[in-house]
Amino acid sequence: MFAFTLRRLLYAVPTLLVISFIIFALLDLSPGDPTANLPLTIPADVREQIRISLGLGEPFVIRYLLWLQQFFINEPLNILERMTGWTIGDSENRMRVISWQTRSPVVDLIAERMPQTLWVVGMSYVVGILIAIPVGVICAYKQYSLFDQFGTLFAMIGFSVPTFFTGLVLIVIFSVNLGWLPSIYDTNLRVTSFETFWLQVKQMIMPVMVLALANAAQIASFMRASMLDNLSQDYVRTARAKGMKERTVLLVHVLRNSLIPVVTVIALGIPSIFSGAIITEQIFRVNGLGQLLITGIQGADLPLVQTLTFIFAFLIVAFNLIADLVYGILDPRIRYE
Amino acid sequence: MKLRHILAGAAAAAMLAPSAQAERGSDGQVNILYWQAISIMNPFLSSGTKDIEAASLVIEPLARFNETGDLVPFIAESIPTLENGGISKDLMSITWKVKPGILWADGTPVTAADAVFTWQYCTHPEGGCAQSPYFGDVTSVEAVDPSTVKVTFGVPKPYPYTAFVGAQSPVIQAAQFANCLGTAAPSCTEANTKPIGTGPFVVTDFKANDVVLLEANPNYRDPEKPAFASLVLKGGGDAASAAQAVLSTGEYDYAWNAQVEPEILEQMATGGKGEVISAFGTLVERIHVNQTDPDPSLGDMRSTDAHTHPFLTDVNVVKALSLAIDRPILVETGYGASGQATCNLVPAPEVSASPNNDWCLTQDLDEANRLLDEAGWVMGSDGVREKDGRRLSILYQTSVNSVRQGAQALIKQWWNEIGVEVELRSIDAAVFFGGDPGSPDTLQKFFADVEMYANNFEGSDAEKYLGDWVCEEFPSPADGWQGGNTSRYCDPAYETLHARMAETSGIEERGAIAIELNDMIVNSAAIIPLIHRGRVSTKSTTLGGVLLNSWDSELWNVADWYRID
Repeated sequence: MFAFTLRRLLYAVPTLLVISFIIFALLDLSPGDPTANLPLTIPADVREQIRISLGLGEPFVIRYLLWLQQFFINEPLNILERMTGWTIGDSENRMRVISWQTRSPVVDLIAERMPQTLWVVGMSYVVGILIAIPVGVICAYKQYSLFDQFGTLFAMIGFSVPTFFTGLVLIVIFSVNLGWLPSIYDTNLRVTSFETFWLQVKQMIMPVMVLALANAAQIASFMRASMLDNLSQDYVRTARAKGMKERTVLLVHVLRNSLIPVVTVIALGIPSIFSGAIITEQIFRVNGLGQLLITGIQGADLPLVQTLTFIFAFLIVAFNLIADLVYGILDPRIRYE
Repeated sequence: MKLRHILAGAAAAAMLAPSAQAERGSDGQVNILYWQAISIMNPFLSSGTKDIEAASLVIEPLARFNETGDLVPFIAESIPTLENGGISKDLMSITWKVKPGILWADGTPVTAADAVFTWQYCTHPEGGCAQSPYFGDVTSVEAVDPSTVKVTFGVPKPYPYTAFVGAQSPVIQAAQFANCLGTAAPSCTEANTKPIGTGPFVVTDFKANDVVLLEANPNYRDPEKPAFASLVLKGGGDAASAAQAVLSTGEYDYAWNAQVEPEILEQMATGGKGEVISAFGTLVERIHVNQTDPDPSLGDMRSTDAHTHPFLTDVNVVKALSLAIDRPILVETGYGASGQATCNLVPAPEVSASPNNDWCLTQDLDEANRLLDEAGWVMGSDGVREKDGRRLSILYQTSVNSVRQGAQALIKQWWNEIGVEVELRSIDAAVFFGGDPGSPDTLQKFFADVEMYANNFEGSDAEKYLGDWVCEEFPSPADGWQGGNTSRYCDPAYETLHARMAETSGIEERGAIAIELNDMIVNSAAIIPLIHRGRVSTKSTTLGGVLLNSWDSELWNVADWYRID
């Protein structure tokens, strides 16, 4: 197991380097321009000067190596300094990865946005799991019953209906027609009293439910399939023959075994929390990491998109490894060499 | 009789009462929504119009344009003119006086040295200042005394209201930006996001690409203003949901740029919570007609002056294309109250708006067909005209935008009716407007027969804008496809007349020349003007004092806004 982990970690390093190069090359070769959103009245020579001041005058390889140095050496040093309070080297003049749109460090932008995304999207993931597991269990147990039919129908709808549609429908019903819930997320709301807590709940309900539905659909299907697999096993017959209560059989024996693949799926889905639900964030103006990525792409803000996409790639590689390891830990039949 | 007088008096007093009681901060909070989120509060380093407008809440220029296009002084005491001696007789310098007693938001006095520093900041060779054209031809800016700024030009400037005029050329505080010259400019994050200004608000919290929190400036020059104690400027999402937040749900008081189909806006406004406001400036949606040949087989010589266009240089063909378009229908389907059909390139201000070109305002398919017949284009059996073995086939491109795609579909249909074959293309806006010399899809490269977009000019003087149409301004491979003469129009008579405008002073005389130049362009084969577009925004019915301004920032008079009870 240990050798397996070590090997995977060592493979991860060149994988990530290749990923970072591909992302950088793709973004650099794509035709967008950071001065595109400026008024047309600004003449071309001024735009060229702006591009040079952003660092676009250097050749591709230099810029890529600069980004590597800023991201892998400078930024971690900065984070280390902030956490420990030491001063390492020439910290004031250390070049940081600067976003072209805001002219401020990308890492600061990400740190600012993290809470919104984690709260809304993270919460929706948790709610989705809490809905999905019971639904999956009951659907499998009472296979072909009315509940099962509705459960699979709901799973199919959650899968197929896009989030921008459900989001807009919810806004029209609850914000425009009924006026119960706000349609725009207030990032500055500080929860200090019951009233502000209630306001926070109100503004989170719609985006969380939209995402939870989509998540729950996927996980419920997995849960149901896994339960069905296990319910037909011999040990279930033995447990019943031993005289165990149905509840114990279901929730203690079958559920635990069925959860193994489901936990793997959940672990694989965690990086998607960080990439934010791009469309849902845009619709509800939650302004988290997903929206940051979109504004970066639309504004051709190379450093921002590069850094964000690389962080997502890193998280996906890391959580893939974690999912494999968790699977190995939970299931004693699996042993890696 | 007496009762009526008493009641009338009471009603009058009641109407006066709100304005009498309005004092700084009495109206609480105002919420504004910009669907393109604010990235930075420094217009000199901005990445888009939204940043310039947000910054106008905090930092101000010496003078700016009001909603009718006239100059009003902001930091300056009055507008310098030739008559009052503010502009020198040789037209080489203009002298501004700073309002006495005006303070920065931190309490220090505004001096001429701040204006001098602003000029140095924006003209620094390594600063990458986006607004440096505003200091074009300026050879020096000096502080004659602490409250007098003298701007000297290298050439006589009949229209000297460029530097420090308008939302794109504000004055920044020298003390705050002292360490931010040149390459250090982008790293001054504190100054770039929380600038100290003379405007009615100061920034208390800035979340990039998300929301800006502001509160009333305690050192603002009018003690009764602003009426609002705090302002929230939120960004993100799209135009339709922003309009919805004002018109339908009433969550926000003002939403910028409601670029949505008019029937959707009308439907949203039926709730009575908000209204749609529009103002017309100089924005004209137009179709540029390529006077050079974009044929791909020409390779590197595509769309350069090496080859003229095979048929679009014929003014009769272009006139026919123009006459086939029913502009009022385009307005109705795409713009509603925020659009007017036009045949002019320069639609405003009134002194520069030509009255001579109404021929294109009504669709005339018969005349269009006749012009094409006369030009030798014979209708073929498949409904497409032919001449000398060449089909009348046009590639028509524009940016991705639902209103533009709708217009394209309509125009294609009309052109099909007069025997023109049309192929449509739409290109992502960031690429089309991006000017990237490596991309074949920019509007400058113009690898198509006709392309449609909108353009305008700042301020109320058209000289620089009309200067884009000279032969020198052809975008070409030699200069990285830079240049404003998108249609590749070249006429020596135009150049002579334009040179004359550069030496003429007097608003009426300049306006007359602008009209002549405009007429030359719109009656040539280089352009088909379509719609004079206004700015359209949405505001709550409880928000008063809003004067939508298309000559400057939309938030130019936010100090005068108040809550209607």
